[in-house]
Amino acid sequence: MNAHARVPWVLLVLALLGLAFLVLPLAGLLIRAPWSTLGARLTEPQVLEALRLSLVTSTLATALCLVLGVPLAWVLARTALPGRGLVRALVTVPLVLPPVVGGVALLLALGRRGIVGRWLEAAFGVTLPFTTAAVVLAEAFVAMPFLVISVEGALRGVDRRYEEAAATLGASRWTVFRRITLPMVAPGVAAGAILCWARALGEFGATITFAGSYPGRTQTMPLAVYLALETEPEAAIVLSLVLLAVCVVILAALRDRWVSPP
Amino acid sequence: MSALEARLTVRRGNFTLDLPLRAGAGEVVALLGPNGAGKTTALRALAGLLPLEEGHIHLDGEPVHLLPPERRPVGVVFQDHLLFPHLSALENVAFGPRCRGMPRRAAREHAAAWLERVGLGDHLAAKPRALSGGQAQRVALARALAVEPRLLLLDEPMAALDVRTRPEIRALLRRHLADFPGVTVLVTHDPLEAMALADRLVVVEEGHPVQEGAPAEVARRPRTGYIARLVGLNLHRGRADGRTVVLDASRGAEPLRLHLAEPAQGEVFVAFPPSAVRVHRALPQGAGNRWPARVEAVEWQGDRVRVELEGPVQVAADIPPEAVAEAALTEGEEVWATLPAGALHVYCA
Repeated sequence: MNAHARVPWVLLVLALLGLAFLVLPLAGLLIRAPWSTLGARLTEPQVLEALRLSLVTSTLATALCLVLGVPLAWVLARTALPGRGLVRALVTVPLVLPPVVGGVALLLALGRRGIVGRWLEAAFGVTLPFTTAAVVLAEAFVAMPFLVISVEGALRGVDRRYEEAAATLGASRWTVFRRITLPMVAPGVAAGAILCWARALGEFGATITFAGSYPGRTQTMPLAVYLALETEPEAAIVLSLVLLAVCVVILAALRDRWVSPP
Repeated sequence: MSALEARLTVRRGNFTLDLPLRAGAGEVVALLGPNGAGKTTALRALAGLLPLEEGHIHLDGEPVHLLPPERRPVGVVFQDHLLFPHLSALENVAFGPRCRGMPRRAAREHAAAWLERVGLGDHLAAKPRALSGGQAQRVALARALAVEPRLLLLDEPMAALDVRTRPEIRALLRRHLADFPGVTVLVTHDPLEAMALADRLVVVEEGHPVQEGAPAEVARRPRTGYIARLVGLNLHRGRADGRTVVLDASRGAEPLRLHLAEPAQGEVFVAFPPSAVRVHRALPQGAGNRWPARVEAVEWQGDRVRVELEGPVQVAADIPPEAVAEAALTEGEEVWATLPAGALHVYCA
């Protein structure tokens, strides 16, 4: 008997509805896209400005996440600190926290009158809110858990005996990490970085709260889409298409890791 | 003075390893023992991968147990080679010299020379996954020797290889160990490997040394049941008095008295090969060593049949297949065992 014949029809119908629910909006986007004027719209200065800002900030945010997140993942995977469970819970908070709340929290911590921000301004004359740096921080805050979780999983999968073998050959702990551990978890780090980058690229709530929406400075693609929808729906569609295209490219890049069945 | 002078004490749960170990320069010492005896624990302690609870490791008089693994003058060949999968054969071998401060170019030339010496001069760029098991173990040996260690540790170096590759790697190891100026400690549960490679055997059981000596000596005069089984001998303890020996009997059984060809005195081991034991259905004529026994198991092993006999003592007998057929031996059968006095090897316990 064919396996398909055994699927209960109730499940099949609901599954098809679910698929339609996910695909229809995207189809709508494609159908309503102003294909004839697409080229012209894509080269409009505001669009290019927002696109450039988005690419730059999400890349910087990913770099920041790599520098801080890989060591954090290493500590979580490799040490037996007493409060490790709590640390892991704290790391995953931004994953479930509404981004707007993240933005408010960043404002309270790093804003002009925030606990750290006040000191930053007094000591260095640096004010973060409503700057491009604030965009990077907001994106990194929201995206870091994706990287940490992915890298921690990869680190746990590494056979520690390779690290021991490296130690017997005379490698210091730092050399072992740099030349053995890191190359062995490279696929996990790459996947984590791509997910992290994608999350940073789509960041909206924390960014608009902490960095505002100044064209050319803090107005990233998602913010531009939202604002354009009220004044120029066609521009919003074009911007959305660009983000959709980026997502497709990311899925293609990660297809072996995330999309193929286990 | 010994080049290696160590006492390794490691506790893990209710297992304790307590092993004194000495070796001269150029000597190959094999730690032989059953699984779980603590051989690998000893090796890891020597390499610094496991901290010593007590004891010391002196190499040429230097207390290396105080050093972390990366500072010890030690090279390790692991059971499943553990070549770094992202590095080529050349980079794997150059890794150690690089870590120990050799400039990149020199390290690569040094590594290439070592790969040449293990017969892999044309596989420099190969990644470990492209190498066969034997080739990978050759690279692992080159990698361990390339740091010019004073102590070379081999952890079951042939256990992960298929049977056809083993002789080739055994020959390679023999050649390189003969040239190696430092101390080699080989961990194995394979008596053939130990006999072929080692100058001296240290038999370890349950974390303690139980016998030590030249391989031929250990094989001829086993002192525990484990070694006797490895070298294929029946081994019993007893008390000798002149030309007779009384073997410690199984629980509740009558002690077994055997005649000896040579006189002996006191607590002794009595060893004899299974092939010396004969099995008869009826009480045989004559006055030699004989005792009633019961057949516990009959197992065909190629051109001979292993018969396990239960009686005053447990004995394995190897008899020709036709003898089994003639006597129609089966499990549970009551039989007589005979053993010529000349086949007994008696030595002090």
